[in-house]
Amino acid sequence: MSMREPDADVIIVGGGLAGCSAAIVLARAGLTVFLMERGDECGNKNMTGGRLYGHSLEKIIPDFAKEAPIERIVKHEKISLMTEDGSLDIGYQSGKLSSSPENASYTVLRAKFDAWLAEKAMEAGVEVIPGIKVDHIVVEDGKVIGIESDGEEMIANCVILADGVNSLLAQELGMKKELEPNQVAVGAKETIRLSESIINERFGLKENEGTAWLSAGDPTLGGFGGGFIYTNKDTVSIGIVATLSDIGYTDVSVPEMLDRFKEHPSVAPYLEGGEVIEYSGHLVPEEGMAMVPELYRDGVLVTGDAAGLCINLGYTVRGMDFAIESGRLAAEAVLRANEIGDFSANTLSYYETLLKNSFVMKDLDEYKGFPTLLTKRAIFKDLPEMVDDIAAKLFVVDGKPNSGLIMGIVESLAQRTSARELVDFITILLEAF
Amino acid sequence: MKKMSIDDKLALDLFRTDEEHPHIIVDLDYKDEEEIRKLVLACPAKCYKYDEGIFSFSYLGCLECGTCRVLSRDKIVKEWNHPHGEIGVQYRQG
Ligand SMILES: Cc1cc2nc3c(=O)[nH]c(=O)nc-3n(C[C@H](O)[C@H](O)[C@H](O)COP(=O)(O)OP(=O)(O)OC[C@H]3O[C@@H](n4cnc5c(N)ncnc54)[C@H](O)[C@@H]3O)c2cc1C
Ligand code: SF4
Repeated sequence: MSMREPDADVIIVGGGLAGCSAAIVLARAGLTVFLMERGDECGNKNMTGGRLYGHSLEKIIPDFAKEAPIERIVKHEKISLMTEDGSLDIGYQSGKLSSSPENASYTVLRAKFDAWLAEKAMEAGVEVIPGIKVDHIVVEDGKVIGIESDGEEMIANCVILADGVNSLLAQELGMKKELEPNQVAVGAKETIRLSESIINERFGLKENEGTAWLSAGDPTLGGFGGGFIYTNKDTVSIGIVATLSDIGYTDVSVPEMLDRFKEHPSVAPYLEGGEVIEYSGHLVPEEGMAMVPELYRDGVLVTGDAAGLCINLGYTVRGMDFAIESGRLAAEAVLRANEIGDFSANTLSYYETLLKNSFVMKDLDEYKGFPTLLTKRAIFKDLPEMVDDIAAKLFVVDGKPNSGLIMGIVESLAQRTSARELVDFITILLEAF
Repeated sequence: MKKMSIDDKLALDLFRTDEEHPHIIVDLDYKDEEEIRKLVLACPAKCYKYDEGIFSFSYLGCLECGTCRVLSRDKIVKEWNHPHGEIGVQYRQG
């Protein structure tokens, strides 16, 4: 601890999901908390695909969905493998999806959702300070003692970094390296207004039911990445993600990938007559465990996207539930440090222990092989084309001899993949799971 | 749906701009076309343009994603920071 009188017990940088979650837990326990956010309101710098798995916020605010500005409850899942003019879809709808608050997932829009969560933080006693960009972290004798903005310092016993994927502050401290192109994907998204009834009709939804629809293949033209569509109340979130190390694999730009996705014959009819109301862009961390930085040092903890806690499984992206859980666990570690009056790295290491015992590190560990899988052209290019070929053989009847399903599959495989590649591909798949 | 230009899309977003303090500083004399091509393709706001051999950049319309920093730090992108508090894009949906 510094000799200087602290302005607050804890200063949190970043009013996203990780920051707000940490803030609520700390303030409820009676600590004074400053939450610094560069946007002029929490949430208005933030964008996401669209689906929040509710379980981790449930632990902080039970039954939050009853009052939070969620858009819809996901009851329909869809995955598509797309070629230029074809799409093989797998759909799943079941009473098992979102059947309890613990396993429910919701579509959300972050400008509204984060603003609400920040409101909850204020109710808990957090001093939310928007419109302030934290420029530097103040370090004294090797210990973090506060933050600096516009030349002014604020001192605290502990600082929690929840400043998102770019986390310039964790980089400045040397806790985190500069991001590399193979570690992140860029996302571009449009929010398109339709109407509640049109969305329900087109997607086959009842009332507040929602669809999560992910795709690989054509939207990125075989590049690493994919497309997503989430239904909101009266809008649809549609976007693409493309891994940075693979940009330039084709001549198609990121904005063009999104246009291609919107124009795809299996997507366009859903959007017909819609009005674009917002366009947004953001990075997604996707390397998993390998990009997790130092999580704590004397007087400081790193949470959420800033700590690379996010996974992209192709059929689902999870970062929001990780951000919330890591924020809560960071707060738990700080509360313990506060009890014994010692904010050293040694005490704060409890955060890492908590993370390791939680789903966050367990799922990140499971996911270890997946990033390698996602860098195989086979998944994004060969597989969709092969599947399209097989489906066409199966469903197109034109009076010419038809080779039947099994032979059709064998022919398609033989045409597109050498035996060796196939073995490699299957090996990677098995390693990943 | 009718195809929209990137400028039409960005016009739908709310921006508070600060024309005096660029948050990104770019080396426009950079000659490596491969490096330029990556940024032109990757920037979701098309802030980087390369037309008939002329390389240009405007930070107005920047969505603050960080892509260009990751792709070309210390090469084309000399400095990259978040804009000042309250400045820049303000999502109303997100
Ligand atoms: C295209 C896309 C699709 C995605 N889809 C999903 C999905 O469907 N489901 C899912 O669970 N996850 C998804 N994710 C991931 C998810 O959005 C993130 O993991 C999550 O938002 C991380 O939350 P966070 O609180 O850690 O960071 P953020 O939400 O990024 O919050 C960081 C905050 O810090 C602020 N900040 C940064 N620097 C400073 C500073 N110096 N001073 C003051 N404030 C600062 C920012 O303004 C921001 O409010 C997706 C991401 C993208 C980009
Ligand atoms: S930060 Fe993102 S939007 Fe802004 S110029 Fe760089 S790539 Fe483009």
